[in-house]
Amino acid sequence: MDIKEIIREENKVYSRTPLMVDTTLSYCPGCGHGTIHRLIMEVVEEMGIQSDTIGVAPVGCAVIAYDFMDVDFTQAAHGRAPALATGIKRLWPEKYVFTYQGDGDLAAIGTAETIHACNRGENISIFFVNNGIYGMTGGQMAPTTLDGMKSSTSPYGRNSETMGPPYKITEMVAQLPGTYYVARHSVHKPGSVRKAKKAIRQAFENQKLNKGVSLIEFVSNCNSGWKMTPNDANKWMEENMFSFYPMGDIKVEGKLVESKK
Amino acid sequence: MKELALMKGNEAIAEAAIRAGVDGYFGYPITPQSEVMEYLMLQKPEERTGMVVLQAESEVASINMVYGAAGTGKKVMTSSSSPGISLMQEGISYIAGAELPCLIVNVVRGGPGLGTIQPSQADYFQSVKGGGHGDYKLIVLAPASVQEMADFVDLGFELAFKYRNPTLILSDGLIGQMMEKVELPPQKERTTEFDQSWTTTGKTPDRERNIITSLNLDPDLQYEHNLKLQEKYRSMEEDVKFEKFECDDAEFLLVAYGSSARICQKVVDIARSRGKKIGLLRPITLFPFPTAELAKMARRVKTMMAVEMSAGQMVEDVRLAVNGKVPVHHFGTLGGRIHSPEDVLQAVEEKFIGGF
Repeated sequence: MDIKEIIREENKVYSRTPLMVDTTLSYCPGCGHGTIHRLIMEVVEEMGIQSDTIGVAPVGCAVIAYDFMDVDFTQAAHGRAPALATGIKRLWPEKYVFTYQGDGDLAAIGTAETIHACNRGENISIFFVNNGIYGMTGGQMAPTTLDGMKSSTSPYGRNSETMGPPYKITEMVAQLPGTYYVARHSVHKPGSVRKAKKAIRQAFENQKLNKGVSLIEFVSNCNSGWKMTPNDANKWMEENMFSFYPMGDIKVEGKLVESKK
Repeated sequence: MKELALMKGNEAIAEAAIRAGVDGYFGYPITPQSEVMEYLMLQKPEERTGMVVLQAESEVASINMVYGAAGTGKKVMTSSSSPGISLMQEGISYIAGAELPCLIVNVVRGGPGLGTIQPSQADYFQSVKGGGHGDYKLIVLAPASVQEMADFVDLGFELAFKYRNPTLILSDGLIGQMMEKVELPPQKERTTEFDQSWTTTGKTPDRERNIITSLNLDPDLQYEHNLKLQEKYRSMEEDVKFEKFECDDAEFLLVAYGSSARICQKVVDIARSRGKKIGLLRPITLFPFPTAELAKMARRVKTMMAVEMSAGQMVEDVRLAVNGKVPVHHFGTLGGRIHSPEDVLQAVEEKFIGGF
């Protein structure tokens, strides 16, 4: 069979969204960021809201997220993305505003901005990528690093006694009246990618309702920081991260899911 | 018809903000500037003009709300006092690096640290030399009256948008708290047109996406960006503003801004009544600084004295401007104390023995 016979519209099962810029991603091979970027852009394309969408990039590996996602973007100071998004959304309530943040950004240095944006019920979407480590600066301990987990600043493993234990900011903000939709997903398998995309779509759709924050946490891998192959990293993530950071809805339509109360 | 009111400086800032067609104010309470947000909230600006006023969880958050909103081309501002402005320095550096227009008001109090809630001018260095990290400058306006607190809101935004640069109004607790007659500016419409060449208002098919960032990982690009910034800061010289009192035949020149300039006007009056040939130069823009005018004055006067409520900050810029041509003295008071005209007069007599 000739290749030209295969490349036909009716045979197409997948194509890259034009909203992903045609360039090489800066992320390590095996990293989840690229997939999450793509899902967000697919949703923006499918909803037809590119001209009404403004993204806010973090400090961290995704600092140049604006190089890859073809929407207007502002690059925030470390941890301050929810404050920037607040400023944008308050003055442009009809626009779709989202932040894209890592765990060091959102759950350590930006804790106050995260909690208060959630508490005020800003009508924004927060996409929170939790890989349990500071990736860009070289694999230091994050607020989400598991107990006993090795990092470059906890080389003998996180000692929760002296370093404090990891914490679940997603469950914390779900308690606040200002959050409308809170869920945790991953993007390491085709099935999980599909679920994650549905959640992203919901987070954007919710902005039409003006009922508060939609926050989606993505538990992701950092094979470079964890010093594992991509496959091993995904396996390790499933075996270790998922028990502490369980998948699924935490709060839906402003109500805590029964098992999470 | 003129619209007159008796107001505190802080209230004048707030009223002028509504009238300037400001789109958003983000702030956090701190003495001695809390009346700005209190007045705004009381006025219901969302009903008067549609202006958004939001109390943030910290000064760190409020300056970053300004950062996000300024990137969309809207007129946005914040106000605070010294310790709060220190907290904002990170955000201000980002805003300057990303070249966004906005207005920041500092109603200065005495420091360092928690210091005091009384007026001071000890934040001069922080305001004109950068404050946060990196090579950047703010446009700095120094009001000396409640009237100028009102007038400089619109002027501040005009300059901010002209240069796409943050403007800082460097006031102090004295001007913020005192009441004076003020002629209120007319109500302006809020802007509805936004410059699509740089604002993040949503990428339309007819243009590339706009990115607001201060990041250039490539050092050559960051070098070029810095050169461009420096060129912009140099070009601001055309907007230098200052005021001169009794300078025509002056042999002795006082240099003072803001509250100190008000006090020095009295000093000039008293000294003139005693036959002393003394004048006052009041910088209105502290950046750009009236360097050229001071250099010119240095050829005509015998001596200068910078008067400021600090240990000696602006005096350094005066000395740089006159470049050793004449002696430049300093008189200051510290930590929230306000000097009286008599204090300054005494210093004038001491420094200028033989000078008159």
